Amino acid sequence: MSEKTSILTLPEEELVHPGNRACAGCGLSIIYRIGLKALGRDTILVVPPSCLTVLQGLYPIASTQLPCLNVTFASTAAAATGVLGALRAQGREKTTVAAWAGDGGTSDIGIQALSGACERGENFIFICYDNEAYMNTGVQRSGTTPQGVITTTTPIRGKLQKKKEVPAIIAAHGIDYVATASAAYPLDLYDKIKKAKTISGPKYIHVHCPCPSGWGFDPRYTVKIGKLAVETGLYDIYEIDHGKFRLTGPSRKLESGKRKPVSEYFKTQSRFKALSAEKIQEIQKSIDEKWEGYHLF
Amino acid sequence: MHIIESGNVAAATGVKLARAEVIAAYPITPQTPLTEKLSELVDSGKMKAEYIPVESEHSALAVCIAASSAGSRAFTATSANGLLYMNEQIHWAAGARLPIVMCVVNRGIGAPWTVWNDHQDSISQRDTGWIQLYACDHQQIIDTVIQAFYIAETVSVPVMVCYDGYLLSHTYMPFDIPEQDAVDRFLPKFAPAYFLHPDNPANLNTVTLPDIRPDVRGNMAPGYMEIRHNLHADMRRAISVVEEIDRKYQQAIGRGGSPLMEKYRCDDADFIAVCLGSLSYQLRDVVDTLRNEGVKTGVAGIRLYRPFPDKAVIAGLSHAKGLIVFEKALSYGNQGALYADIKSALYPVTDRPFVHNYILGLGGREIKTPDLLHAFRTSCTDFSNISDEPRWIGLKL
Repeated sequence: MSEKTSILTLPEEELVHPGNRACAGCGLSIIYRIGLKALGRDTILVVPPSCLTVLQGLYPIASTQLPCLNVTFASTAAAATGVLGALRAQGREKTTVAAWAGDGGTSDIGIQALSGACERGENFIFICYDNEAYMNTGVQRSGTTPQGVITTTTPIRGKLQKKKEVPAIIAAHGIDYVATASAAYPLDLYDKIKKAKTISGPKYIHVHCPCPSGWGFDPRYTVKIGKLAVETGLYDIYEIDHGKFRLTGPSRKLESGKRKPVSEYFKTQSRFKALSAEKIQEIQKSIDEKWEGYHLF
Repeated sequence: MHIIESGNVAAATGVKLARAEVIAAYPITPQTPLTEKLSELVDSGKMKAEYIPVESEHSALAVCIAASSAGSRAFTATSANGLLYMNEQIHWAAGARLPIVMCVVNRGIGAPWTVWNDHQDSISQRDTGWIQLYACDHQQIIDTVIQAFYIAETVSVPVMVCYDGYLLSHTYMPFDIPEQDAVDRFLPKFAPAYFLHPDNPANLNTVTLPDIRPDVRGNMAPGYMEIRHNLHADMRRAISVVEEIDRKYQQAIGRGGSPLMEKYRCDDADFIAVCLGSLSYQLRDVVDTLRNEGVKTGVAGIRLYRPFPDKAVIAGLSHAKGLIVFEKALSYGNQGALYADIKSALYPVTDRPFVHNYILGLGGREIKTPDLLHAFRTSCTDFSNISDEPRWIGLKL
């Protein structure tokens, strides 16, 4: 990656109006504000139902300063395709088209349209903010909810199944840019969006996005918990640039540094309270094995 | 220029002449030759448009919704289960007031699977807020497709152009292709009042609350209910718009004259058959036969089904003693949808004709002219068992 953006070089112009409807401590608020700075004014947003729909405001008031098309839940990537088609037909190809969906809208109901658009090679940036459940409807399990997590539809034993690895699924389409990021490292996300804008074809960025009300932690710890997910090696920051995988930013430092135990992350959030000591050990083992795999790279 | 081609090619040619800019479609029988033709026209460079081969019908309409929101003329086509898979998007396109045109190549709905013609697919979408036009032959298909863009863009309401699968889509008939220059003079360029553009940003189709709210300047903005009321008001206005655009088409192209319904020998008729689509042309033979027998009959093919032309029904059909509604669709547990609409339209008339309902042709069951003749003749001569219960033609229990 070229020169890293710092808080001193980040553009000052805000593309989100002050005041929005997000909960206190919302990770999405952070990445939406910083992400729009990276996308720039010459952008059209496509948004399915999600927390972002609410964050952006209720009619007739909007917090976004970018043109935005709200679309049906399953259709995000197809709608982005339609915007691109119109822009091509009108010779307006310079405008960036960015789809911005939650984890349910990406990994579950939206994956067919996303897969189709990636296969067709549509020239968009698809940003998935992953708060690991259907938060907008009240914390129901999604395809990206991690194993063991208590949600309102996995209320007693926690989710029994593993988290769906959406970036890997998207990477399997052979697109030129897949990256992960975290709301705890917004400048890394900023640089990745900037890089994505220089690449033609589909770009997919998956952003881990702590949610105080859904995960069960104090709103002031959003960044701390986002960092812990990375520092424990549970959630990894990487990019797959033209097929080449590499850990980036804080995850890259873990290649030589020491990872914190996963239990440190689990104990910060009430959603993990169903995890037994044995299960935590099992997860620690699988994380250790995953990182041994990275070292083989 | 006259050519002999299929109904699907007639539709594709209309789309080309209307200069649709973004086309998205997913293959489904019997719509497929239409989209194949459009992809060939685009791929060969004969038509300047974006053809997007989507992975589902839901996405096909998503592409059209977004393209139309971004200011381009958009077209799609489907049939039967493909139309139903779009259902959410069909409502969305109408609510968002996008002038998309879609051909519905009518086919029965599974289960059980059928690929053959009836009208259950488009009839099941009658309450979505789309204008529905039904074509009776290949000439009407091409003419209606061209007019549909004009109608849609005038009232900002999407339009379905419905025509019978196989009976029209796959049969070959001679029809006239209007000159491109004449179509260009007839059909104004798509110039939406607002479209997605970074220079004039807006957050479209966002969440509304049950009541109206002020905007940031303190001005009250319409709420969901006002927005939906306006859709209905513009749908009602669309009846006269369809008539006006038909007049303009007559002036520019030289064809038209039956924008709301196409009547055959109705003016002095005692008994009038009413139906949708190509069936009305088959019924003309039956009308002629009955006229030769001394029974004054006629047939009216409803062209504009939504918004329903109730005043035209009263003006054109209420003088008859009886109306016999032949339908290839059914509101299960009740009666034919068109039958109910015709009865509803006639309610203000004091001396109303009786109305009969026949259900026929479901899943492509062959509609034999002698069976139509028998049913029509029975309705004209035997009033002993008038009831709301639909009677079935061709049923083999």
